[in-house]
Amino acid sequence: MATGVAAWLPFARAAAIGWMPVANCPMPIAPKDSNSKRKDELIVLNVSGHRFQTWRTTLDRFPDTLLGSSEKDFFYNEDIKEYFFDRDPDAFRSILNFYRTGKLHYPRHECISAYDEELTFFGIIPEIIGDCCYEEYKDRKRENLERLQDDQEENKDMKLPNMNCRETMWRAFENPHTSTMALVFYYVTGFFIAISVITNVIETVPCGSTANQKDMPCGERYTVAFFCMDTACVMIFTVEYLLRLFAAPSRYRFMRSVMSIIDVVAILPYYIGLVMSNNEDVSGAFVTLRVFRVFRIFKFSRHSQGLRILGYTLKSCASELGFLLFSLTMAIIIFATVMFYAEKGSSSSKFTSIPASFWYTIVTMTTLGYGDMVPKTIAGKIFGSICSLSGVLVIALPVPVIVSNFSRIYHQNQRADKRRAQKKARLARIRISKSSSANTFLHNKCNGLLNELLELTDTEEDEQKLNKSTSLLESQHHHLLNCLEKTTAHEFVDEQIYEQNSLDTAVQNYHSRSPSLNSNDDGSVGTCCGCRTKRNTPLPNASMPCSDPVPTQQRPLQELSAIHIGSGESQTTSRSKLNLKTNDNVRINCKGGRITTAIISLPSPPALNLDADSLRGPPQRRPPPPPGHPAAPSIQTTASSAVTNIFKVSAL
Amino acid sequence: MGLDGMEVIAIAVVIGLFVVVLKQFGVWEPLSLEDSCEGDLELSMVRHQPEGLDQLQAQTQFTRKELQSLYRGFKNECPSGLVDEETFKSIYSQFFPQGDATTYAHFLFNAFDMDRSGSIRFEDFVIGLSVLLRGSVTEKLRWAFNLYDINKDGYVTKEEMMAIMTSIYDMMGRYTLPSVRDDSPYEHVERFFQKMDRNRDGVVTIDEFIETCQKDENIMASMQLFENVI
Repeated sequence: MATGVAAWLPFARAAAIGWMPVANCPMPIAPKDSNSKRKDELIVLNVSGHRFQTWRTTLDRFPDTLLGSSEKDFFYNEDIKEYFFDRDPDAFRSILNFYRTGKLHYPRHECISAYDEELTFFGIIPEIIGDCCYEEYKDRKRENLERLQDDQEENKDMKLPNMNCRETMWRAFENPHTSTMALVFYYVTGFFIAISVITNVIETVPCGSTANQKDMPCGERYTVAFFCMDTACVMIFTVEYLLRLFAAPSRYRFMRSVMSIIDVVAILPYYIGLVMSNNEDVSGAFVTLRVFRVFRIFKFSRHSQGLRILGYTLKSCASELGFLLFSLTMAIIIFATVMFYAEKGSSSSKFTSIPASFWYTIVTMTTLGYGDMVPKTIAGKIFGSICSLSGVLVIALPVPVIVSNFSRIYHQNQRADKRRAQKKARLARIRISKSSSANTFLHNKCNGLLNELLELTDTEEDEQKLNKSTSLLESQHHHLLNCLEKTTAHEFVDEQIYEQNSLDTAVQNYHSRSPSLNSNDDGSVGTCCGCRTKRNTPLPNASMPCSDPVPTQQRPLQELSAIHIGSGESQTTSRSKLNLKTNDNVRINCKGGRITTAIISLPSPPALNLDADSLRGPPQRRPPPPPGHPAAPSIQTTASSAVTNIFKVSAL
Repeated sequence: MGLDGMEVIAIAVVIGLFVVVLKQFGVWEPLSLEDSCEGDLELSMVRHQPEGLDQLQAQTQFTRKELQSLYRGFKNECPSGLVDEETFKSIYSQFFPQGDATTYAHFLFNAFDMDRSGSIRFEDFVIGLSVLLRGSVTEKLRWAFNLYDINKDGYVTKEEMMAIMTSIYDMMGRYTLPSVRDDSPYEHVERFFQKMDRNRDGVVTIDEFIETCQKDENIMASMQLFENVI
């Protein structure tokens, strides 16, 4: 139904009386309008304190939206007799205007995603935005989508733990900043591209005359040296191409891509030259092939983002470029014909044919004006001046379109770079704020269990001290996490304690390997990121954001592979992921952490049986230190890495 | 000095460019500028204010509040206060998407536009609605007769009825069950005239029409159908 003309429906129905005398059969009964007694009344819409008033019939014009249907009754507040919406009043203005005028406008100062959300909330599809605002809306939406796509693509760069050699290599090729090897490779290839190009250029420079001959180019004078240089470069490029081909996830697609074609074209001339170096007949073709060596300079586009942007711009402006070309061709042909016929009369004119006049037209229209062909007749001069004036126009028209396209893409790229640079800091800050909530959970667990211990030892003052007032929301959240722990019979722990426990269990189970383990541990710490050394020392309060999340993931992996805990390696990898999510940079307010190893050595539950559910319960709360353990455990360490313990215990 | 062919063309081109430049300065053909100004003035004058609320209340059967509500809806749809035929046709067509309602809308427009001004003012609109919704049966029948009488001469001929019937069947569109045959309107008109035309003179007068309709139960019942539309 045409909702926009709902206001005219009563009229259309009344006009139906005109059919009645003509009809031969009785009419159906009209639907009863139970609300007919409810005369048109004013409705108050309270949007975050701003009161909007309108007639009820205005809202009823669009019955498939929130305000036009009975859905708004959910928002009716009996006390104030108003419909209350907890939304943005500025955006609501344009939405209410839609009901009033039937046209939806997009306010330009509004953020596109905020506006979209408002529209979705009120049940209005954005497609009915009026023509006046629709293009702007679509442009902004597209811009936003591109931005989101950029972010998504960066997320894909996160290293998955299970990448094999081939995928690692491909990632290193595509994104040189991922590892030092990739960076080295990147710079080396760049250097050799530059060397190759410079060599090609210098080859042709006259090098000074020898005794017997005149100036000859350097290439012929120092043939061997240049040949060696060329060979070295080509070898590097060949190796690089083959490695890329090997590492590519889809070899066929890689071979069809532009960059690989450039690579092939860059190195082929050399090989072809090798094959037919001594054949005089084809030496002419061989010389031509050398021209293709200059394509090596295009390999720089992997190294330069600006070049890539330029190429992308030209590709996206293909239609404008095509139009430019077409209009230029038309103008050239027209003016060349005119000039030819105008200059036909004059003697010794250079305009011998129309194609010959093409050269004059092109030179004139691009305002080059070499002067090798000039018109001599008056008519020729008149037409020649018109030609040059129109040339300026024809070229100047499509150029701003191309320029604006380039500018848009360039700025977009710059924005993406800026976002990428800021992203790490942003993520780190977000992670801190998130981890503090996980922090409080573990903290509260410590305190809660500590409270229970203290209850037994009857120190009420300490208990009250530790009972910091947590908000209702927090306590409910913690209760939820607790429920999850009980459900899965696992516990959330601090990553550091978990790792230490995994180390310690290894110590317990593989006594002979302990010295090598220690060295391994140190070794693993020494390599890679300097963050690792810091992470080893438990700081009581600070949560230190390590800006590069990769090492934290790698660390448990490396150690595990060093320690060779046979059982459940995959379990631990997934566990480490869970650790990363919940408590990435957490340092809970508990010291030490060696208590749990003792639990394994003593399979029987300890004296304190606070929790009677299972074997797993009691081991978590072990105040008295078992004999024979080197480190002195402290009571506060109750957050144990129960994971390894649990499956170890069950293995026992 | 003899002029070459190309030189003639060149000189012609130069003169043409000269004229173009002159036009830019407004020196050439100054009259064209004045015409465009007047055109703009005409459009802005078209606006209409209705008569006062009291007069309308006297002329129609609507209450004050109803008139207010009606005027608000009317003014919302047509801010200039007038409905021209094209707008009317497009609005009415939206209610009958399957068929072509433009012809019938044209007849309706003429029925509402009592002073034949080419546009419906609010007064016409509300007076027509008052008859249709609040009038007596006789008044409604009179209105329907006025609709059928295209040239408003007091007689409904077969041709007029044929036109009306065709336009009504046009609103049905193509996809009907059973399909609208080409002679469906004609048969319908024949039946109508058999019923209405008492003295078999080929035209239906207002009295014949009212008399016949009052005797038909179906028609009388259907006249009351839209009593409480507003």
